Amino acid sequence: MATTARIGIGSPLSRVDGIAKVTGQARYAAEHKPKDMLYGFIVSGAIAKGRITGIDDRKARGVPGVVEIVTHENRPRTAWLDRSHQDQLGPPGSTFRPLYDDKILFSGQPVALVLADTFEAARHAATLVNVAYEAEAHNTDFDKAVAERYMPSKKRDNYIAPKKRGDPEKALAKAPLKVESQFHLAVEHHNPMEMHATTIEWMDDGSITVHDKTQGSQNTQAYLSSAFGISASKIRVLNPYIGGGFGSGLRPQYHVYLAMLAATMMERSVRVVMTRQQMFTHVHRPAAEQRVTLGAEMDGRLTAIVNEATTSTSRYEDNMENVVTWGLMNYACPNASGDYAVAAMDTATSGDMRAPGAATGMTLFEMAIDEMAEAARLDPLAFRLLNYSEDDAMNGTPFTSKALREAFAEGAEAFGWAERKAEPRQMREGRELVGWGVATGMWDALFSKTSAGAKLSANGDLEVSSAGSDIGTGTYTVMTQIATDTLGLSPERITARLGDSDLPTSPVEGGSWGAASTGAAVQMACQSIAAKLLKAAGKVDGKPLGSAGIDDVEFVDGHIVSKTNPAASVSFTDAMRAAGLNSIEAEETATGGISGMISQMRKSRNTHSAIFAEVKVDEELGVVRVTRIVCAVAAGRIINPKTARSQILGGVVMGIGMALHEETMMDTKLGRFMNHNLAEYHVPANADIDAIDVIFVDEPDPEVTPLGVKGLGEIGIVGTAGAVANAIWHATGKRVRSLPITIDKLQD
Amino acid sequence: MDTATLDTPADTYAITIGLTINGQQRRLPVEPWTTLLDLLREQEGLTGTKKGCDHGQCGACTVLIDGKRVNSCLTLAVSRDGADVRTVEGLAEGDRLHPLQQAFIDHDAFQCGYCTPGQLCSAVGLLAEGKAKSRDEVREMMSGNICRCGAYTNITDAVLEVLGEGSVK
Repeated sequence: MATTARIGIGSPLSRVDGIAKVTGQARYAAEHKPKDMLYGFIVSGAIAKGRITGIDDRKARGVPGVVEIVTHENRPRTAWLDRSHQDQLGPPGSTFRPLYDDKILFSGQPVALVLADTFEAARHAATLVNVAYEAEAHNTDFDKAVAERYMPSKKRDNYIAPKKRGDPEKALAKAPLKVESQFHLAVEHHNPMEMHATTIEWMDDGSITVHDKTQGSQNTQAYLSSAFGISASKIRVLNPYIGGGFGSGLRPQYHVYLAMLAATMMERSVRVVMTRQQMFTHVHRPAAEQRVTLGAEMDGRLTAIVNEATTSTSRYEDNMENVVTWGLMNYACPNASGDYAVAAMDTATSGDMRAPGAATGMTLFEMAIDEMAEAARLDPLAFRLLNYSEDDAMNGTPFTSKALREAFAEGAEAFGWAERKAEPRQMREGRELVGWGVATGMWDALFSKTSAGAKLSANGDLEVSSAGSDIGTGTYTVMTQIATDTLGLSPERITARLGDSDLPTSPVEGGSWGAASTGAAVQMACQSIAAKLLKAAGKVDGKPLGSAGIDDVEFVDGHIVSKTNPAASVSFTDAMRAAGLNSIEAEETATGGISGMISQMRKSRNTHSAIFAEVKVDEELGVVRVTRIVCAVAAGRIINPKTARSQILGGVVMGIGMALHEETMMDTKLGRFMNHNLAEYHVPANADIDAIDVIFVDEPDPEVTPLGVKGLGEIGIVGTAGAVANAIWHATGKRVRSLPITIDKLQD
Repeated sequence: MDTATLDTPADTYAITIGLTINGQQRRLPVEPWTTLLDLLREQEGLTGTKKGCDHGQCGACTVLIDGKRVNSCLTLAVSRDGADVRTVEGLAEGDRLHPLQQAFIDHDAFQCGYCTPGQLCSAVGLLAEGKAKSRDEVREMMSGNICRCGAYTNITDAVLEVLGEGSVK
């Protein structure tokens, strides 16, 4: 029989949701319009701390088309207990409840929701809601908050305390080379292109369909069920398309709560969409301060690391990140310690943004490493190789795999690193100084318990499904490829479904565990289908496959084929017909298994990367251009080199933003972010991005996760800004220790 | 199509305008404060055109008005009476994708897909302008369309392929 080239794991299959996305057919949360839907427009509070003393909404209610104005004074009741408002990912503390009472916790806090027949009426009326406040003294100055840094008594679930080894203070006192630097990272906002939005469809039978911009349909479902005291069976959350997340959709944001509040109050369908300005009133990457002290022998061998950091959080929740552990894990050094704490301000709670903790802590640490390389008069790449650790140096455990050495070698080769001049300010092109820098990236290779379903129809079409999300990561495509690989069906015959809380259980999409976890579950579900098919094939007259077991056959082009005798085969359709089956269904859960749990304890599992950056700096004007990036990644098995490369490109671009552009500036007097729009908060535009070369180094790792996949969503950003900062030093001779490196800092 | 009657019911402040949207002639009552973007998305159900900022800062709402790329969020619908509007839904001919749409898929020039309709319309406008010849010019002239997923290098590759100058540096 004819066999076509197998498009499975490892093929650069184009996105299976591509046509829907290029034709405008993919529908996002705000693009559903149920009958009699009301438009909700959020009124944002004007002060950072205090209380509401009165709301005059008479003028607003007079606007034609306005139906209701929801405030803390007239809202319907929700769950009483604080813990009923917790979501799966909420950090310790007391979750913010929108329109709960008169207290103001942060500037921009929603204080009212206007409901109207048209968007324009709601928007206009929102400007007429008059809110009176009694302000209290606030602090939104991070430097002041740091003075009162503290370690929360209750830690966030995924927090890892830094482990001390040796005696770093003593080693520092004796070290012939010492570098001590303090770094700073500005607050950043995720700014996905789609603004947070919810459309609630109020059904006649009292059930509710929620189209939400979230990275986890089941997290939103559980949260709404708990907070509103409505059975989860009555709430279906859909998010088949998400216009970018980057972490901003991990926790349910206040728009979904407001929409639900209004829908239950009015018993009507409601849509609430944040404005771009309001996108700056919730989750953000925390501001960070990091002090790195390094000691080394004259030959550059590290003898001491002291890594201390503080990140910002709100007054009502303790958001914690793993900031200081990365440097301790990555470098061989006998004496090392870390210290981490949070600093509370009168803002919304900070939260996870692409590679939380690592994008901050590894990047800033890599800038300190560069300074020590300079002090030791070593090439920064040679310095990193000299202090290379084969094992996880903090935990003393081996890695399941660590091909960072190969990443350095292949990245350096592609970049042409050998041509680098050792001293700064030695390379020039016209009026521009040229600089080359390098940094290391590191992230966790995570796996999360996930279920998937598979259904094979009599006509040979297969559907695979899971409640997870594709936030642009390519999960639909990866699921299709794994199903193709396992059952030998062409991708056109396969439909992948995601983004529906009714589908098999899945965690939120985040932490780069999606491909490894959903992929493993899909593979198991398809393997289960394969076993059932083989059993059905036994019913075919004459038993063409004899007594072949699952290891004796292959699944090719809709047929079960004997490995030893390719002439012996049974089509899926014949097998199902013989067994009298209209369809075959399976649902499986990937857990990593007991061996996975044991391995989890004994071995560290991480992705690594080597980033090389070239910058050109206008000597007179201080304008920096990143002209070239080579990012060499060691991330285990690559399921789809095309979408995988895009993940890294995206991380690198956000890293360039972190290095040069992205900064949410606080007006500490008003307690409010000032540049709350896309003109003043600059995310990289096309002209900011030049050549980016992505390399995946060979890193077979059957142990890390069932498919050998490590995940790619975050690793691209980690360290990138460090490589750019180090290149800027190489170009200019100037160490700027505060990101982003804007022109003013270079002109000082 | 009968253009003498209104396609959606009028209300108090509405002014009737005529628009050709993706080749279809429409007579539409619009309130003077309604943007072309909201008209397309809310009144016409053409949600392919995206709202990313509502302030002309991100380009997600880019459509083609009389062949030129325009931010539809900064365009009051009443001011475009008689215009020819083309949105992402009108780029393909039946099942045959526009070459840019195909190039975007081939080059993986998007991830979440939310900026994609604006990028595509902007690229169609760019090609029609005939100014961009080099890679750097495409980068510069496509900079009104933000892609937070960071697909820029792939977007540029896709545009260059259709521009027929894929080898230009």
